[in-house]
Amino acid sequence: MRKKIALKPITALLFLLTFVSYGKEQHGHDEPKGDLRTEIKEYIQHHLLDSYDFGLFSYTTHEGVENHVGFPLPVILWDDGLKVFSSSKFHHGETVAEVDGNHYILYHNKIYKTDESGTINNDAENHPTNAKPLDFSITKNVVLIAMVFAILFFMFSRMAKSYKTNNGMPKGMGRFLEPIVLYVRDEIAIPNIGEKKYKKYMSYLLTVFFFVWIVNLFGLTPIGMNVTNNIAVTLCLALITYFITTFSGNKNYWKHIFWMPGVPVPMKIILAPIELLGTIIKPFALMIRLYANITAGHVVIMSIIGMMFIFNNWLGSSLSFLLAFVLGILELLVAALQAYIFTVLSALYFGMAVEEHDHH
Amino acid sequence: MEELFGGFSLGLFVWMAVLFLALVFLLKKFAWKPILDAVESREEGIKNALDAAEKAKLEMENLQADNEKLLKEARTEREAMLKEAREMKNKMIEDAKDEAKEASAKLIAQAQASIETEKKAAIADLKAQVANLSIEIAEKVVREELSNKDKQVKLVESMLGEATLN
Repeated sequence: MRKKIALKPITALLFLLTFVSYGKEQHGHDEPKGDLRTEIKEYIQHHLLDSYDFGLFSYTTHEGVENHVGFPLPVILWDDGLKVFSSSKFHHGETVAEVDGNHYILYHNKIYKTDESGTINNDAENHPTNAKPLDFSITKNVVLIAMVFAILFFMFSRMAKSYKTNNGMPKGMGRFLEPIVLYVRDEIAIPNIGEKKYKKYMSYLLTVFFFVWIVNLFGLTPIGMNVTNNIAVTLCLALITYFITTFSGNKNYWKHIFWMPGVPVPMKIILAPIELLGTIIKPFALMIRLYANITAGHVVIMSIIGMMFIFNNWLGSSLSFLLAFVLGILELLVAALQAYIFTVLSALYFGMAVEEHDHH
Repeated sequence: MEELFGGFSLGLFVWMAVLFLALVFLLKKFAWKPILDAVESREEGIKNALDAAEKAKLEMENLQADNEKLLKEARTEREAMLKEAREMKNKMIEDAKDEAKEASAKLIAQAQASIETEKKAAIADLKAQVANLSIEIAEKVVREELSNKDKQVKLVESMLGEATLN
């Protein structure tokens, strides 16, 4: 019953889309298709990048003037002293920002020091040789991370309070969240780390699970919030997992790395560097996995959405829409799945670090 | 790979690290610890309640078994008492019969003995009377025949001899 109801608006939308693209075809021939393709490609690349202002969307007026809707964010630079100014000074990379006599320019989404006219000196490989100040700006991603943290904190502190007021039972949102929290405890932490030692790691595992999940879900909203497709974010998470694993490693863990028991001595010598490298490769794989999955998902979905405009006919466009819709649902699954995988693997590594081998 | 790390932003990394660590500690204090504690105490409570119910059930069963046992014991005891009483009754009747028999036998024996004694006494008495009678007769004979003394003694002796023969 529910399925039927849900299907109706989708079919209606499909039809609407068909008409719209049909109508567009009438007077869309004057634009060369190659341009559209590069435009879409650039748009996708731009979408995947961090930015210095919180842009919701941009549009071009009939006169050809680009208008950006959103708000600027503070730029914080360390360049012989702290420099703080609004990103609106860059005018979306169109102008040179002047602060305390220093000039900065936004070039390929990075801030470079420049002169008054905004000169960029490129080397042989077309990379700018201008000086790069240390950049601690509150970028769009930082704002999004902070927002997600605020949401997480609000949700879970309220849930914790509801236990106190409701005699040990969750209320409201907590009823939905409790099974997930218990799932992380009973299906992820306890089987991988063990009944005795899992408690120490629960805070990190729960935080990382909900952070990655919620942030991935936000990434699917049309405002285009992408946090986990940023290598700095996944590196940070992977590094924390690496440090926790390394610092909680017991005698057994290190013994298995440097002097593998149960194998002949030459093998022990060969295995030691491999195992040592493995401790770094594991979190590295964590970092790349999360980054690549989310980036790939976004690229595919946005490419298919772009294909709607490239096909520009009723069949291709509606098929693209259908495909984008299905992939969107798949991405919803991937959002949770990547959070789950990251948490499970982190728990697994912690479990390895604290495991006791009685039989050796 | 170059593009991958070309996109790396130190600023974002630092912000992420600071914010994330802050979040972990804040959530630990204000969310995870109270939530997990509450859940744990609830689970403990449920477990204890279940254990208590199980224990109560077991106790109930034990009690029932005890009752059954007591009832059974009481029944066998009653049975034993009844049996004992019956036996005692029979024994008493038996004893009484024996006693009566004995007493009657004794009485009979006594009666027989006393009859015997009476009989002997009567015989002795009879003998004495006969002797007296004989003496009286002898007196009368003596009074009449005092002259012939030898004849008298002979007569008495012969008479006495006859009397003992009796």
